[in-house]
Amino acid sequence: MTVATNPTGSQEREHPSAPLLRMERIPHVWCPSCGIGTVVKCYATALERSGVDLDKVSVVSGIGCSGRVAGYLKLDGFHTTHGRAIPFATGLKLGRPELLVTVISGDGDLVGIGGNHFIHAARRNIDLLVILINNFIYGMTGGQNAPTTPPGARSSTMPLGNFETPFSLPHLAASSGASYVARWTCLHIRRLTWSIEEAIGKRGFRFIEVIAPCPTLYARLNKLGSGLDAMRFYHDTAEIRNGADTREVDVEFQSPIICGKFVDEERPTFLDLMHDHYSKQLGDRYVPMPPEGGMLHER
Amino acid sequence: MRYWRVPLDAGQVETPGGEVHILVDRCKGCAFCVEYCPRQVLEMSRTFNRKGYHPPEIVASGACVNCGLCEMICPEFAIFCIEAVSSAGNPNGVSTSVGAEAGEARR
Amino acid sequence: MKADPAGVLTGSHYLDGDFACGEGAMAAGCRFVAGYPITPSTEVVERIARRFPTIGGTFIQMEDELASMAAVVGGAWTGSKTMTVTSGPGFSLMMENIGLAAMMETPCVVVNVQRGGPSTGLPTMVGQGDVMQARWGSHGDYEVIALSPQSPQEAFDLTIDAFNLAEIYRVPVMFLMDECVGHMTEKVVIPKAEAIDIEPRRLTRKKPEDFDPYQVSDNELPEFARAGDGYRFHTTGLTHDEHGYPVMSAKCQEVNVGRLVGKIRDNAESIVRFEEDGVEDADVVVVSYGITARVAKLAVEEARAQGLKVGFLRLVVIWPFPERRIRQIAGSVGAFVVPEINYGQIALEVERAAAGQAVTWPVHHAGGAVHSPDAITEIIVKAAV
Repeated sequence: MTVATNPTGSQEREHPSAPLLRMERIPHVWCPSCGIGTVVKCYATALERSGVDLDKVSVVSGIGCSGRVAGYLKLDGFHTTHGRAIPFATGLKLGRPELLVTVISGDGDLVGIGGNHFIHAARRNIDLLVILINNFIYGMTGGQNAPTTPPGARSSTMPLGNFETPFSLPHLAASSGASYVARWTCLHIRRLTWSIEEAIGKRGFRFIEVIAPCPTLYARLNKLGSGLDAMRFYHDTAEIRNGADTREVDVEFQSPIICGKFVDEERPTFLDLMHDHYSKQLGDRYVPMPPEGGMLHER
Repeated sequence: MRYWRVPLDAGQVETPGGEVHILVDRCKGCAFCVEYCPRQVLEMSRTFNRKGYHPPEIVASGACVNCGLCEMICPEFAIFCIEAVSSAGNPNGVSTSVGAEAGEARR
Repeated sequence: MKADPAGVLTGSHYLDGDFACGEGAMAAGCRFVAGYPITPSTEVVERIARRFPTIGGTFIQMEDELASMAAVVGGAWTGSKTMTVTSGPGFSLMMENIGLAAMMETPCVVVNVQRGGPSTGLPTMVGQGDVMQARWGSHGDYEVIALSPQSPQEAFDLTIDAFNLAEIYRVPVMFLMDECVGHMTEKVVIPKAEAIDIEPRRLTRKKPEDFDPYQVSDNELPEFARAGDGYRFHTTGLTHDEHGYPVMSAKCQEVNVGRLVGKIRDNAESIVRFEEDGVEDADVVVVSYGITARVAKLAVEEARAQGLKVGFLRLVVIWPFPERRIRQIAGSVGAFVVPEINYGQIALEVERAAAGQAVTWPVHHAGGAVHSPDAITEIIVKAAV
C-alpha cells in the first residue's frame, strides 16, 4: 500500500477538486479549522456529481469570510457588495434565465444587512440556490454580534453576552416562501453534499444553512476551543430530524443543533408565474425573454 | 470502527483499499481528518510544514478503505484518497481473514 | 448596429418625459429593468412594465432601491442592457451599487428624475440638486457620465445616447432628468429602427483560456465576457488585478482606480456635449441645463433685447464637465451666469473652470418651481456691468 506524503514543492498528484478551484489562489484566506473550506469542497463535489453544465453556473458572494467563496471557485464568480448578493444574483438569473445561479455567503451578509432581500427573494421563489454559512458571528470584521448569534454568546459588540433574540434561519426561509429548506453542519459532509446535489436539481428558492465553526472569533470569544472542538460538539449534540417543524429548530447557545431537510416542495418560480400570467393576459402578443438572455445581438 | 460481530459475508466482500495523498504544505493543522477517519489511518505529525503547521501523517497505511471522508472534510483541499493499486494475489493487498479481531486496524 | 425594431415605437407621439425616457430605453435595446417606485420617476417603469412583456424584456419591481441597483449590475453581466429609474432619495440608496458598477466597470443606465431635496423634500416638484451627487455620490474615486435632457424629445434621444456611452466606456451613466421635463408632455418623434444606431456590448473574441476580465492594452478598455459563455471569470468590488482577483496593494489600486478615472478624464473631449448660441462675442454667457435651460433661453432673449451681448451655453452632457471650453470662453467674457434649481452646483464647476478669468454669478433656486425668466435677466444685467 503505497503512500505519498508529498514533500515541499513536489506534487505528483493534484487534489481531485482542482478543476473547479482557482488553484493559483490556494491556499485560501480562511483560518485553520474554519469550516468554510469544507462547505466549498461539498459544493464543488455536489456540482460535479450533478452533471450540470458548469459553464452555466454563476456563483455570487457578498462580503465577509463566507463572501470570499466566489473568489476560489473556477466558475463565473461575482464578489458583490455587503448584503446584496441575492438581488445581484436575481439580476443575473432574470437577465439570462438559463444560468444556474448559486449564492454562497454568510449569516451577517445574507440575513443581517441582506435580510430584506432574503425574504423577498424567498417570497417570490426566485430560482436561486442559497447556501448560507452560519458561524453565528460577523467574522471578517472581527467578531461582532450577528442576527444569528445565540442568546448569551459574547461578541465584540456584545462583550457582556448577547441579549437579543436571534433568527431561526430555517424558519425565516420557510415562512418567507422558500421551496427547499435544509440545515446541516460542517461535520455532515455527506448529507450536506447530497443535499446540495439534490437542491441543484430542483428549482425555486432553495436554502441550505450550514453551521460552521469560527475558531478565531466566535469560538475564541466564547471559550469554545478550536474548530475541532466545534466539530466534536456538532458530533455529540446535533440531531437529524428531517421534516421537523421549522418553528422548533431554534439554536440556543451550545444547544443541540437540529439538522435535516425541513421543506421540500415544488412551487412555481418567479419566472414560471411571470410566463404563465403574461401568456394568459397577452396570448400571442407575449414575447418572453429567451433563456439565452436579453442581450442585443447584431442583426 | 469496531464491529460487534463480523458481517456474515465478510469472506466474500472485498473491502476497497485506498491510497492517501497529503498535500503537506497546504495543511493548516486542523486535525479534522485525524479525528474522523473511520479507520484511524492518520495521526498528527510532529513535523512542521512550510507554514509552521503540523500536517497529518499516515500511521496505518493498510487500513484505508478509500471512503473519502478525509477528502470531504478537509477545509484546505490538502488531503485526498484514491483507489489503491493492488499487488498480485489479494485484490486489495489486505487480509480478509476473519480470524483477526474484527475491527482492528489492519496493518 | 441598428436598433431592434421590436423595441422601437416608430411614429409621432405626444408623450411626457418619463414615458419618452422609457421608450428611449426600449429603443436602445434595454431588456432588463429593476426598479422601485418613487415620484416623479415611476411612470418610466410603469411604461416599461406595460411594454416589456411584448418585446422580450423582463421588468421586476424590487423591494428597495439598493436591490434594484444590485439587480441592474447583475443583469448587465449577462450581456443585457439594463437600467433603473429613481429620484433623489432612491439615488442616495443606489450609491453603494453605483460604486460597484463603477468598480466592476459595468455598463448600465441610472435615471434620476430629480425633485426638491434634501431628504424626502418635495416629492412632486422639480429640483436639480443631485448634479454633484451624480458625480461624487459614491465613496472613493471613479468617474461617471451624466446627461441632462431639456424636453421629452431629448428624454427619448439622450436615453439612447446614455446606453451607447455606457457600452463604449463601461461605466454606469447617470441620466439626470428633472420633474418638469419628466412630467411635461410634448411631441416626441421616434424614428424607424434602422435610423437608430446602437453600440453593442463589447464582447471579447478571445478564447476563455486567453481571457482576463480586466486586461487592457494601450489605453483601450477591457473586453467584456458574459456570465454563462464559459469564460469562468471572476469580478469583485475589491481592488483587483487584470484577472479580476482582489489584490490589496497601492500599486494595484493605482492601476485599477487609475483606469476608472482615466478612461473618462482622458476621453473627456469626445464625451462632452453642449449647445452654444452667440457665445463668440458675448460679454456674459449663461450656462444652464435641463428645464432651466428653457427658462434661461427666454431670459437671454430679454437681455439681448435690452442691448446686451449675451451668449447661451446649454450642457447636454453634464459630466464630464466641458472645462476646456468654459476656460476658453472665460478668456473673452466678463462673466458667467449660472441659473440652476439648487444652491449652486454647476456654478462651482464653472467658477473652477473659469480659473479667475471671469466672474461667476449663480442664480440659486431652492426647488419646487422653475426660475422666473426675470430673476435670471436681472442677474445677467448685473453681471454685464
